[in-house]
Amino acid sequence: MPTSRLGGSGLRLAYERRIVADDLTVDVPDRSFTVIIGPNACGKSTLLRALSRLLKPAAGAVLLDGEDIQRRPARAVARTLGLLPQSPIAPDGIGVADLVARGRYPHQGLLRQWSRDDERIVAEAMAATGVADLADRLVDELSGGQRQRVWLAMALAQQTPLLLLDEPTTYLDIAHQIEVLDLCARLHEEQGRTLVAVLHDLNHAARYATHLIAMRGGRVVAAGEPGRIVTAELVEEVFGLPCRVIDDPETGTPLVIPAARVRTGSSGGRA
Amino acid sequence: MIVIRVPGRLSLRLHPRALAVGAAGVLLTLAVGVLAVGHGDYPMSPADVLRTLTGGGSPAEDFIVTQLRLPRLVTALAVGAALGLAGAVFQALVRNPLGSPDVLGFTQGAATGALIVVVVGGSSAALAGAAAIGGVLTGLLIYLVAWRRGVHGYRLVLVGIGMSAILTGVNGYLLTRAPLMEAARAVLWLTGSLDGRGWSDAAPLLAALAVALPVLLTCGPALRMTELGDDTATGLGVPVPRLRMLLLATAVLLVSLSAAAAGPVSFVALTAPHLARRLTRAPGTNLLPAAIIGALIIVVADQVALRAFPSQLPVGVVTGVLGGGYLVWLLATERRAGRL
Repeated sequence: MPTSRLGGSGLRLAYERRIVADDLTVDVPDRSFTVIIGPNACGKSTLLRALSRLLKPAAGAVLLDGEDIQRRPARAVARTLGLLPQSPIAPDGIGVADLVARGRYPHQGLLRQWSRDDERIVAEAMAATGVADLADRLVDELSGGQRQRVWLAMALAQQTPLLLLDEPTTYLDIAHQIEVLDLCARLHEEQGRTLVAVLHDLNHAARYATHLIAMRGGRVVAAGEPGRIVTAELVEEVFGLPCRVIDDPETGTPLVIPAARVRTGSSGGRA
Repeated sequence: MIVIRVPGRLSLRLHPRALAVGAAGVLLTLAVGVLAVGHGDYPMSPADVLRTLTGGGSPAEDFIVTQLRLPRLVTALAVGAALGLAGAVFQALVRNPLGSPDVLGFTQGAATGALIVVVVGGSSAALAGAAAIGGVLTGLLIYLVAWRRGVHGYRLVLVGIGMSAILTGVNGYLLTRAPLMEAARAVLWLTGSLDGRGWSDAAPLLAALAVALPVLLTCGPALRMTELGDDTATGLGVPVPRLRMLLLATAVLLVSLSAAAAGPVSFVALTAPHLARRLTRAPGTNLLPAAIIGALIIVVADQVALRAFPSQLPVGVVTGVLGGGYLVWLLATERRAGRL
């Protein structure tokens, strides 16, 4: 059993009175790239919100290094666990370097506003995400893919061993989706960070994740290495989608091919 | 950007343009202040004013400056700074350039408190106190209705507009119930006026500023993080609900006490933060520049009110006309820029 700094047990997650998940237990293996998948409204984003202490569980607790995350000081948590929410807001007229620099907030103080470490770490974060050239541009002017890399740079500048990403590829075209996921994989491999992401695309999840959590109806249906758990039966159970699972010709990871539509009529649909 | 560092201990980030704007604002405010103190039935040159302020004036000059004119100037400065700060805080909390106490209804709430005293009868001190209480109660009400669940943006502005509409109605009713002489006094108060302000009028607001300024400046960096959205700010380690509570309480207190000191001087809280942002060209919240610009606006508006017209105008008339014009201009240009 791998060790885990972040996890939760007996979680009941609810908005007001509506219970999204009950008695949920999850663990994020250290140094994994964990991806949470499942159909719409299965509770995957809610789980991520609970893990990142944006949502307080109605029962149970999320533990970070063995302590209830809700009881730890906000700044101390922010030095361990970073978060890129689904739709962060860039203030009007803010520059790229200025935005990335805000990732240093949990490490700063009134008399410690901009140390040499801050400067170096922000530069490194921009280099790692390939936005160093954009440093002087305004965030408003960037394309969706560039903007997402800038937000990732901000999260990196926070220098947390754990980084949580809520649907980091939404609203991006396919090329930018792959670009962002490649970047995440590189951060995971080269910097040894633990990444947790919610993704929509099952094939992306199967390709990039080292640990997959499949959810349906607020329950974890399966968790483990994608190569071990992604089967046609699981996809059918989780998404209700008849399919075949083959080996990805590029990576050898599972590739889900939805079953062809059963044609109506006897002579085929081409006529 | 200039960075000052003492290795291992201290590092400060300074923005030259913001510093320059702040320094120019302070100098200009002081200069206009000296002219303001010199103006009146007994005119004094700036040199005389400065000599008297440093203790070299005749007893008569001393009395005129420190007892008659300086209190009015200090009240104006304090009201302007308080409104500038409160406006900047509200706009940041609501994430909307229209999030000012005038629009959100706090000002009308303060007026309701004052008008109740006018109808029932009471001293100036009671009127000021009631204005402060009215503003704070309105703040509490808006918080309970709209803010508790972290609602912000247009929804809060709309709740505030509704609230201020109700309170404007209540205020109109109270005015009809007031004795005629008292109603005239109330209307003058409602416009926002600095006439006859003494040290006792300025004191509560100065005390509030002495507490609020350090609190707000300490919260400044966290407030700037909330511009990125509540989720991102939480991720960066900002205790968002607690911060919002503290800032809301502080800003409401400042608005209420400045209404108590000078009446609901309109549009300064709306205009000062915008002007500060435009002048410093720094994105987001700029608390200190907003306070300085707020003080400058009121001091200048008061001088315009006193000198430019044959009969003295209350300062609120001038800030209302200038601020209203600025608001229209803002709406026209921001809309074009697609930001509003």
